[in-house]
Amino acid sequence: MNVTLPSDHDLAGFVLREARLLDDLRFDDWLALFTDDGHYWMPLQHGQTDPRLVCSLMYEDKLLLQVRIERLHGARTFSQQPISRCHHLLQAPSVESRDEAAGLYVTRTAFHYVEARQDEQQLHAGWATHTLKSTPEGLRIQLKRVDLVNCDAAFGNLQLFM
Amino acid sequence: MYRDNPEAIAALVRDTEVHKDCYTSPELFALEMQHLFANTWVYVGHASQIPNPGDYYATTVGDQPVLMVRLPDGSVKVLHNRCLHKGVKLVSEGAGHAGRFFRCPYHAWTYKLDGALQSTPLRQGYENTGFELCEASRGMPAATSQVYRDFVFCRLAPQGVGFDEYFGQSLSTLDNMVDRSPEGRLQVAGGVLRYMHRCNWKMLVDNQTDTCHPMVAHESSAGTAVRVWKAAPEGTPKPMAVELFAPFVSPYEFFEKMGIRVWDHGHGHTGVADSIHAAYSPVPGYWEQMVAAYGEARAKQILGEVRHNTVYWPNIMVKGPIQTLRLFKPIAADRTLVESWTFRLVGAPDLLLERTLMYNRLINAPTSVVGHDDLEMYERAQAGLLSRGTDWINVARLYDPAEHDRLPRPEGVVTNGTNEWQMRNQMRSWVRHITASMKQGVAA
Repeated sequence: MNVTLPSDHDLAGFVLREARLLDDLRFDDWLALFTDDGHYWMPLQHGQTDPRLVCSLMYEDKLLLQVRIERLHGARTFSQQPISRCHHLLQAPSVESRDEAAGLYVTRTAFHYVEARQDEQQLHAGWATHTLKSTPEGLRIQLKRVDLVNCDAAFGNLQLFM
Repeated sequence: MYRDNPEAIAALVRDTEVHKDCYTSPELFALEMQHLFANTWVYVGHASQIPNPGDYYATTVGDQPVLMVRLPDGSVKVLHNRCLHKGVKLVSEGAGHAGRFFRCPYHAWTYKLDGALQSTPLRQGYENTGFELCEASRGMPAATSQVYRDFVFCRLAPQGVGFDEYFGQSLSTLDNMVDRSPEGRLQVAGGVLRYMHRCNWKMLVDNQTDTCHPMVAHESSAGTAVRVWKAAPEGTPKPMAVELFAPFVSPYEFFEKMGIRVWDHGHGHTGVADSIHAAYSPVPGYWEQMVAAYGEARAKQILGEVRHNTVYWPNIMVKGPIQTLRLFKPIAADRTLVESWTFRLVGAPDLLLERTLMYNRLINAPTSVVGHDDLEMYERAQAGLLSRGTDWINVARLYDPAEHDRLPRPEGVVTNGTNEWQMRNQMRSWVRHITASMKQGVAA
């Protein structure tokens, strides 16, 4: 086998770099981290297991994420004039499981997330669970699941990615 | 300024203009809560949320804490959610099971499920106190309620317009949504999306029949979705999400032709002849189920009714073809909680619920790009209305002086789909029902 197995350090480093891309507003580079069948999931309920017959805040494939990202730059995207900015504060990611045969690795990362626009700043807290896939191009995201501590609360606009 | 001054309130709504105070004034908001939300029939919840005796669902009607409860005989009652002792809410908001009685968590006063006072600890302490003459001895106050095909409505005012007179034939939208189940039954399903809006609740209601905004405000979201999809390799099957987004950016002519129907008392709907929900892909097996349940002719009639947004004044909007109900809960003159509820068509394929939930998440979530477009406009309007440059909002589009005489009639009136008649209709109902219980001629 000529692919080196990712160490815990490699997996944690990937999660930190992923958040850094979001904080740098490099959304196209961020999207490229997903596998073609990758999803970004924000459940609406605690412990939710079904993204299909239970509603979610977000359950988006690459096409929908692409729409979201292109929209952010649109000349007539008035909710982004001025733009939003975000900040991720991550706890050290822990590796929850390794499936070397399938090349799948699951990490869990507690976070505080700030989204700011104009004079308003929102603080959210939760846990990100990454299912990472080892590919010839390196690690890719098959699923990023974001569980907010208050996922069922009434929010105002949340326009960027946690 | 407006309290007990119905003349001043009536002057806020002209034929083609509405005064900005209707959207910004805390005094008018308080009067709406006291009068409008008491005199009209307001949605409480769906009976499927409380299937068994003792089940309750606690919510608000206007600013009033209420609960609906399933009684032992299977009927539903709406009660004020307040202990008669010190005022503690008997149950917290949301669904739960009371058992055989409500028990106040503060001093253990208990109430039968129908609200009657059952017991108080150390009862002898109330002997010879005249307690039986106190308000408290009468039990939890009830609202007048009506369950229509499992949709629970209440009128807080003891007297006023009857349910049938108030809704009339507008109930046909609820009928159509229920009839879309092969078993003729809906169930609340999927969870509720809650979205906080820093704007007046009526801006949201106005938006439901505003057919001149989608191609403008949603160019950024639905327009981008269409553009990104066009870049997909030829032959790629059209994703459900694109099918849901694309009709938002239909041209003006589409919305003009789809039509609006207005009914008396402020109800109305877009999508008479056609709608943005008309061209969804068929769901395998569903048509056969509908034909088996209703016969081909009736099934065709039910599914051919593709109404877009139906406003039940004052504060819900129903989409029959996509099985959603949005509840605009007023919190302050400049604050509204939007709850978007979804329903399973009992007996129909899961894929219909999946589509409904996808629609809800793409369009009605606080993480929805379409929602972002709309909320930005509402918040800018709430801020813009502070301008003293002018005091009036314009609702003149396709106004016809004859329209005053054309309602009421039970079947309503159908007009051009970009007419702002429904917005005018809502505010005429606003005047009528907010002033109905005001004292005359004691203005300061």
